[in-house]
Amino acid sequence: MSDLPNTLPRPPEELGRLTNAWAFPRGFSVITEVNNNLIGPLFVATALVFLLLAGLLGVLIRLQLAVPGLTILDPDTYNQVFTTHGTIMMFLFSVPVVEAVGIALLPAMLGAREMPMPRLGAYAYWIYLIGGTAFFCSLFFGAAPDGGWFMYPPLTGKAHSPGINTDMYLLGIGFIEISAIAGAIELITGILRCRAPGMTLGRMPIFGWAMLVFAGMVIFAFPAVIVASTLLELERAFDWPFFIPERGGDPLLWQHLFWFFGHPEVYIIFLPAAGMVSMIVPAMARAPLLAHSLVVLALVATAFLSFGLWVHHMYTTGIPGLSLAFFASAGFVVSIPSGLQVFAWIGTLASGKKVQIATPTLFIFGFLFIFSLGGLTGVMVSVTPFDWQAHDTYFIVAHLHYVLIGGMVFPVLAALYYWAPCVGAPLSERLGKWVFGLLFLGVNLTFFPMHFAGFMGMPRRIYTYPAGMGLEIPNMLSTIGALIALAGGLLLFFDLLRNFRPQNGGGNHWGAGTLEWLPNYNYGPRSLPAAHSRYPLWDRPGLADEVEAGGHYLPSTITGLREGLVVSPSEGTPQYVAVLPGPSWAHLVAAVGTAGFFLVLTVEWVVPAAAFAALALAAFIRWLWTGTDYGVIGSGQGHIGGGIVLPTYVTGPMATSWWAMSALMLVMGSAYACLIGSYLYLWLVNGDGMWPPAGMGLPLLEWGGAALLLYLGGGAVMLLAGAMLRRRGVLPFWGMPLALLLFGAGYFADYSALWGAGLRPSQHAYSAACYAMFFWQGVHIAVAFIMALYTQARSWAGMIDGTRRLTFDNTMLFWLYTAGQGAVGIVLLHGFPRLL
Amino acid sequence: MRRLLPLLALLPALAGCSGIQTPLDAWGIQAARVATLSHVLFWGGAVIFLITMGFLTLAILAPHGVRRAMASHRFVIGAGILFPVTVLTTLLVYSLGLSRALTMPMSEEPLRIEIIGRQYWWEMRYLDLGEGAVTANALHLPRGREVELHLTSGDVIHSVWVPNLHGKMDMIPGRVNRQRLRADRVGTLRGQCTEFCGLQHTLMAFDVVVQEPEEFDAWIARQRAPVPEPQTDELRRGMQVFGEAGCGACHAVRGTPWNARIAPDLSRVGSRATLAAGALPNTHGNLAGWIAAPQDIKPGNAMPAYARSLEGSDLLALASWLESLR
Repeated sequence: MSDLPNTLPRPPEELGRLTNAWAFPRGFSVITEVNNNLIGPLFVATALVFLLLAGLLGVLIRLQLAVPGLTILDPDTYNQVFTTHGTIMMFLFSVPVVEAVGIALLPAMLGAREMPMPRLGAYAYWIYLIGGTAFFCSLFFGAAPDGGWFMYPPLTGKAHSPGINTDMYLLGIGFIEISAIAGAIELITGILRCRAPGMTLGRMPIFGWAMLVFAGMVIFAFPAVIVASTLLELERAFDWPFFIPERGGDPLLWQHLFWFFGHPEVYIIFLPAAGMVSMIVPAMARAPLLAHSLVVLALVATAFLSFGLWVHHMYTTGIPGLSLAFFASAGFVVSIPSGLQVFAWIGTLASGKKVQIATPTLFIFGFLFIFSLGGLTGVMVSVTPFDWQAHDTYFIVAHLHYVLIGGMVFPVLAALYYWAPCVGAPLSERLGKWVFGLLFLGVNLTFFPMHFAGFMGMPRRIYTYPAGMGLEIPNMLSTIGALIALAGGLLLFFDLLRNFRPQNGGGNHWGAGTLEWLPNYNYGPRSLPAAHSRYPLWDRPGLADEVEAGGHYLPSTITGLREGLVVSPSEGTPQYVAVLPGPSWAHLVAAVGTAGFFLVLTVEWVVPAAAFAALALAAFIRWLWTGTDYGVIGSGQGHIGGGIVLPTYVTGPMATSWWAMSALMLVMGSAYACLIGSYLYLWLVNGDGMWPPAGMGLPLLEWGGAALLLYLGGGAVMLLAGAMLRRRGVLPFWGMPLALLLFGAGYFADYSALWGAGLRPSQHAYSAACYAMFFWQGVHIAVAFIMALYTQARSWAGMIDGTRRLTFDNTMLFWLYTAGQGAVGIVLLHGFPRLL
Repeated sequence: MRRLLPLLALLPALAGCSGIQTPLDAWGIQAARVATLSHVLFWGGAVIFLITMGFLTLAILAPHGVRRAMASHRFVIGAGILFPVTVLTTLLVYSLGLSRALTMPMSEEPLRIEIIGRQYWWEMRYLDLGEGAVTANALHLPRGREVELHLTSGDVIHSVWVPNLHGKMDMIPGRVNRQRLRADRVGTLRGQCTEFCGLQHTLMAFDVVVQEPEEFDAWIARQRAPVPEPQTDELRRGMQVFGEAGCGACHAVRGTPWNARIAPDLSRVGSRATLAAGALPNTHGNLAGWIAAPQDIKPGNAMPAYARSLEGSDLLALASWLESLR
């Protein structure tokens, strides 16, 4: 054991310090805990409850369709039920559950103690829980959305859907997307920066790769649906006509934005599941994953290609043949990486001595069966003429359920049975086999006949169908199948409730090779192992004992607080020890405030909504004030073992917060790109001559020019203040006030350019598009203001100086982004129509 | 829920016959091409699926030598890249050719028909056949002649689907989508809305009547002509009720002062096979029942109920008059 970084045995008080720092609050206050070992499993459990609820809605649909002419659900309720079923499955189950598995397992799998921003993760969980529950309950008040999970206007416009049902979707789901994005930012930072020493990207487990790609996709895809929801809500609330053709809008704009999110969404759901399979298959086959690098490449390639597929959902909208040919080809290409992975798994199963046949393996087989079938029908529907027939029929219902249940539910269930012993007690093998059998039979019996129903003329989203068209038998079979699947689902919950108990420690139940099978506690592994290969536990059989004895890195806590090791993104070289926040009420209150704000806004109670917003803001500030930017503690450095001395506080591009802020800037950038895209799309639909339409002017150039200069000036002041802070160690007194003044004046000039030209948002899609960009900029200016005031307050409190400047750096990054975004917007609004 | 009970009674009404709404029984050249494509895809897909599952079985159960051969990069690249690339390239060439053939016009002068989707019914206008060539919820087509459908919407997005003739095409407000098709067999088919369009999306179907060209011409001529004068007292009373009850504020009847376009054109409603966009078979009783209680049969449609405002005898007279418009 001479090659261990820390000498053994360890001093006895070391473990106590570690345990104390990471201890959970007792009693009820345990809900303030942010540890991923608690939030992760809670998150998974909540997502599974939503799976059950949405599954029950699916069974209701099947009961209504069992025979022609049933009236179990009236048409209105039926429409709410199928809309909620789809919406919950997509937004409240699929995306959260993979994010949850990531939060629960990734730190352990990557050899880290914790995620880099545990409070953000906990906040994401709580808004999801509160918002999701409220969303589901809207069904009981008949206020659930009823326009389909795809929410196409004009049906969802104010004229055709005056009720609050649509707002429930736009606002209720809209802010749950914040949870997904917050989770994605945390995952990206965590995967790239919080790994075991020496775990290069090449040695990182596939699930880490899959979650990295997942998070990257969330960052680029979710802003599109947020923008779409915002535009539709602006149209509904204030009559800005983005989707109303009489005033220059176009219903298809929504479809482009929605599917630009919606198609990648399918892969956002599938890739993490594929990542889970790539972890389970090698463990069960006792052999390394075959073609590891190709599988990584397949994940990345799928992510890129999936953004070129959105028109697949729009083959019947009358889009020109040439673009259809392009998208059809892209659809073929994207099936190749998935096929490649399937054969890599089959090859891996063939490469071990003998495959362990247990419940996880059965779910993997079920996955391969169901997903292959769904993938093949996926190739079929990407053939344009075939899709003209199959589109919006039960053939598609069959296809999408094969892909999603096969490609995501089965792998998640495999993961549940596989990793349960990793975070707690194992589940029952006997019950597990029954669960698998019932679900496999039920799912196939439910969805296979739907292929036929579709080709016998049954469209989607209908609450009944005529007798005599040959639809009775397939529908009856589907209903029976749904009941069998329901029995399987209930048995799964029974197994979970009876057998699963979270507990620390745990052994290497399946004899797997990756780090999550090390003994794991609140603080993660006792010491952080160096990773020298892709399967460290196979290559170094004594690793678990060494880690447990504290022989590896950072066996204790340097500052006495919770800490995580931060490494360089590609090589995994240790860079610093980050102090992590612990339990707090602040993020919880912030979650209540955020959820309350959006939900109350749905019913247009403006005053309570404002109160919730103020509550959330106060809680955010408290959270930031007490839980971030600790500055230098003690000597500011410490030994982690192996002769390595690391700082406990860093700033600049090495800090994780810089990475998180950069990821946030990507989110904001892609949202803004979607807005620019919407502006240009509306121009394309209206034509040069109608942009602006006759009788409407261009934004006033002199005001626009002034706004441009003021925005850039505001950015420059912030840069200058940063330089002074570095040189003199104090924030110049004029920095924040001057920057605020310039931004405020810039925004006023921005406004004058539009209003002064006589433009009003509800006149036409042209003016609405201009004001949409102006509105968006306004939201950023408002956040920038709050951040600047906060920074000023920290400075007055003596919490910002030349060394302690994380807070300032974050504000500066956001500020520069906002200045840049404002400048781009002005160039577009003023320059583009003048160039036409 | 109780007010939906009448739906149960309509069950036989909803009945169609097997084969009148399926892509697999092609009545025209476009649908025939897609049907062939579908069979190629189904069988090709089935074979590939079986091969994949065969490999999976081998990977677990096969003797050592076979499994070793599969545990190689060669296997993964061969089965996971080379094979799909070959198959998909072939399929791409075939399908792009087919798409082209399907969108290529076959004749210079197709018969142009405008179909406007509305919540929850269809208006058909024959653009080249003169004034009054209008109908609702029934698309009449001459056999063997290429038609060009001009598809648009009066409210939300709908989609036309007559699978025995062609794939579906959306009706989008503010746009006109065109679709060419040709029916080669005489008889009646069923079409249905396939884009979710609101509460009664389910009950938004229509009949497609393919006729010999001369029968079609005769039908058009009758369609354009003024409706006959009512011959009996009951029919005269029915026509009078139509006016008094205000039906003409929404409906049109050719040759009368009533020519509104808000609701289906009723000029020859008696000749249609179904009522309320395919929701009911067109019988005297159903016609009267529909006028009396449309919100029980198809809740949320735009037709008000007349059960309270019309006397029983007037209701029946009105139904008789409408039925006489053939």
